[in-house]
Amino acid sequence: MTDTTLAFAQGEASDLSVTGRSAVAHSGPAPKRIVTGYGFWLFLLSDIVMFSCFFAAYAVLVGQTAGGPRGSQLFDLRNVAVETGFLLLSSFTCGLASIAAGVRSQRWFQVAMAVTCLLGLAFLALEGREFSGLVARGAGPTRSAFLSSFFALVGCHGMHVSAGILWLMTMMAQVFAKGFRADILRRLLCFALFWHALDIIWVAVFSVVYLLGSAV
Amino acid sequence: MLGKLSWAAIPLNEPIPLVTGAVVILALLAILAWVVIAGHLSYLWREWITSVDHKRIGVMSILLAAVMLLRGFSDAIMMRAQQAIAFHSQGYLPPEHFNQIFSAHGTLMILFVAMPFVIGLMNLVVPLQLGVRDVAFPTLNSVGFWLTATGALLVNVSLVVGEFARTGWLPYPPLSELTYSPGVGVDYYLWSIEISGIGTLVAGINLVTTVLKLRTTGMTYMRMPMFCWTTLASGMMIIAAFPILTATLAMLILDRYFGFHFFTNEAGGNVMMFMNLIWAWGHPEVYILVLPAFGIYSEVVSTFSGKPLFGYRSMVLAVMAICVISFMVWLHHFFTMGAGPDVNAIFGIASMIIAVPTGVKIYNWLFTMYGGRVRFTTPMLWSIGFMITFLLGGLTGVLVAVPPADFLLHNSLFLVAHFHNVIIGGVLFGAFAGYTYWFPKAFGFRLQEGWGKAAFWLWLVGFYVAFMPLYVVGFLGMTRRMQHYDVPEWRPWLILAAGGAFLILLGIICQIMQLVVSIRHREELRDLTGDPWDGRSLEWVTASPPPAFNFAIMPDVSGMDAYWTMKQHAREQGLEHDQRAYRDIDMPCNSPTGFVCAFFATVMGFALIWHIWWMVAVGGIGAFATFVVFAWRDRDEYVIPAAEVARLDRVNLEQRRAALSLVGSV
Repeated sequence: MTDTTLAFAQGEASDLSVTGRSAVAHSGPAPKRIVTGYGFWLFLLSDIVMFSCFFAAYAVLVGQTAGGPRGSQLFDLRNVAVETGFLLLSSFTCGLASIAAGVRSQRWFQVAMAVTCLLGLAFLALEGREFSGLVARGAGPTRSAFLSSFFALVGCHGMHVSAGILWLMTMMAQVFAKGFRADILRRLLCFALFWHALDIIWVAVFSVVYLLGSAV
Repeated sequence: MLGKLSWAAIPLNEPIPLVTGAVVILALLAILAWVVIAGHLSYLWREWITSVDHKRIGVMSILLAAVMLLRGFSDAIMMRAQQAIAFHSQGYLPPEHFNQIFSAHGTLMILFVAMPFVIGLMNLVVPLQLGVRDVAFPTLNSVGFWLTATGALLVNVSLVVGEFARTGWLPYPPLSELTYSPGVGVDYYLWSIEISGIGTLVAGINLVTTVLKLRTTGMTYMRMPMFCWTTLASGMMIIAAFPILTATLAMLILDRYFGFHFFTNEAGGNVMMFMNLIWAWGHPEVYILVLPAFGIYSEVVSTFSGKPLFGYRSMVLAVMAICVISFMVWLHHFFTMGAGPDVNAIFGIASMIIAVPTGVKIYNWLFTMYGGRVRFTTPMLWSIGFMITFLLGGLTGVLVAVPPADFLLHNSLFLVAHFHNVIIGGVLFGAFAGYTYWFPKAFGFRLQEGWGKAAFWLWLVGFYVAFMPLYVVGFLGMTRRMQHYDVPEWRPWLILAAGGAFLILLGIICQIMQLVVSIRHREELRDLTGDPWDGRSLEWVTASPPPAFNFAIMPDVSGMDAYWTMKQHAREQGLEHDQRAYRDIDMPCNSPTGFVCAFFATVMGFALIWHIWWMVAVGGIGAFATFVVFAWRDRDEYVIPAAEVARLDRVNLEQRRAALSLVGSV
């Protein structure tokens, strides 16, 4: 809200009708691209709230190992570092895809999206290997409340990445079939926001779960 | 092949659910048969089921709420009857059935009556009040509504196939864990709420985006009608609170389906974490419901007092203060957890502080009425009934916000009386006020006043007769959710309460009669002016019912109470806008996406409840495919040519002029 708006809101309604028009700050509905992006930001905020619940549950349960292993006995930081590398790199290539879409280059868009997809899949593969390794060592999610919250938090992020990859492939097919239509460009904007948001979540997972967890 | 589902799931030896279920199924089949035989099916499909028009979705949402209100109320009257009878006896409801009934009653009333009712009203009215053509995401709006309907459907399917939760409307662990609730009841609860929760989140995002990004020219924040402000607040709270519900129930699902240990007694699970998380959603939830109701009262009181809302800015401030503080009081739902005096004191004080902005509002409404020419129409009666009833409920709320008092009253019927006092007196009265107030806008004719007033008085008196005794038995030490009891002092009060529930039943019958009579006499009740109440905000500018595009030309707002200002101008300067620059209007195409997506969600939810894994895959793939098909369509908008807009607008203006001159001559 601008100061003008506030200043005018102080006056009487009848005064406003006379002088209001010239000083009104609000010029009607926003363009579609803004509206779509805004709505998607709101969704992302809600998604972050959901993650924060899993983070909170993890924080509450991190000490509840029920005689089982702790984080420092389980986490392989090198593996996690490689995972992080893949994911951050995929954000970079996702940015390249956005640029390619901006200049309407079908070829470079497809290449950048394909690389993003591969990096995402590599991330998932490493995460899957970590998970199956833990389960094989008897440190699955049913072992203790700590491991339950660990698997749920990291797994929730992994599910998001999987959904993102499904979305990514759909967008590749759509751009291939329909080209860079205005509505498709808006969807690409949302996809890019989603993909980058997953990175932000991962930074938190990496710091809170793996870095702090390895210290204990 | 069918997971846990077998013939044993059908309650063949329990007459009550079986007969009820059979009657409901027969009624549904009869309605469906009538629709098909009378040839209405294609109309329903084209104009309603696939509609992405915010007004139609709003109406359907309110209809869903009304039907679920009947179901939830029949649960209520069964419980009141049981407690009136079950003195030194088992009554007529066996314990496991009684437990399902109180769980279903709470779940239905909050999530499938109150929520769709207020969301329906917001959907119907807010775009009109803001002077826009539709919500920000029309197709998503339809998806959200149909997902809510899916949730409601699943809850009701549990009546006939399997069972519902016996855990109360919030499934507290460890009772809700697999060890103690091995049946499918809790799973029905979990998946219904998860699916409808997505629908609610979508509605929240949609409404907030609409309010913040789509307002018409000149509609600055401080000129928005109060209902838009409360919608904004409620929507923001949905966005912040509903993900907590989703996450919490997801954790319980993981516990139940995969043996996780979030809330179990074993392996370090933390039961109290569930209470904290669920109430971190649950307390904002009650304000998500009541803030829009506050908005409705503001509109109604201002219109029928013929005055601008008193203290508009303080009201905005109060709404926003509640929006924030409501996230800081959740712990008062379990002071008895043993968090210690410091923690309890902080949350106790926060809970008392939140009464202050609410008090501000009450004064604002009173001062709006003061000096006004008050018209005692049905919506106004609901509003005045609310002010008195809600004040009482608020005061008992402040009482239980005191931790030592709460230790005595925790989980007693005093508490039950308190929250019914605020939810019925606050949310439901508001929903009824809004329903009566905006009905002519949605359908073009008013609701008959006589039956409406009878309904109001029966509801009001019935409410007091039903719930004041519960305060008393609460003080006498009766805890909630008792299937039978043997304390003679309680009995007269419980019989009295059952009498109150019966009065409310009469009130509901009056409401049904009101609807029937109004539809039959719709020609006499017809409103051609589009402005039956001498309204103040933009929804009354346009025809009743409004055309699909809402406004022939987008209104240009130059002050608070936008339409009132326009009318004043027109009266003073005698000017009528004949020179209107009509343009082509782009409107979103209807789409079956919402309905089809909800169909697959129903399949998936049912399959998840019964562990039918192949069907889960079918549902999931179907829902995804629906979205892909939607994304692939080439035409998403159709054009209404300027000439057509002009024609419709002239018809409306002529009707309006004729109706007004008619009024003038009388």
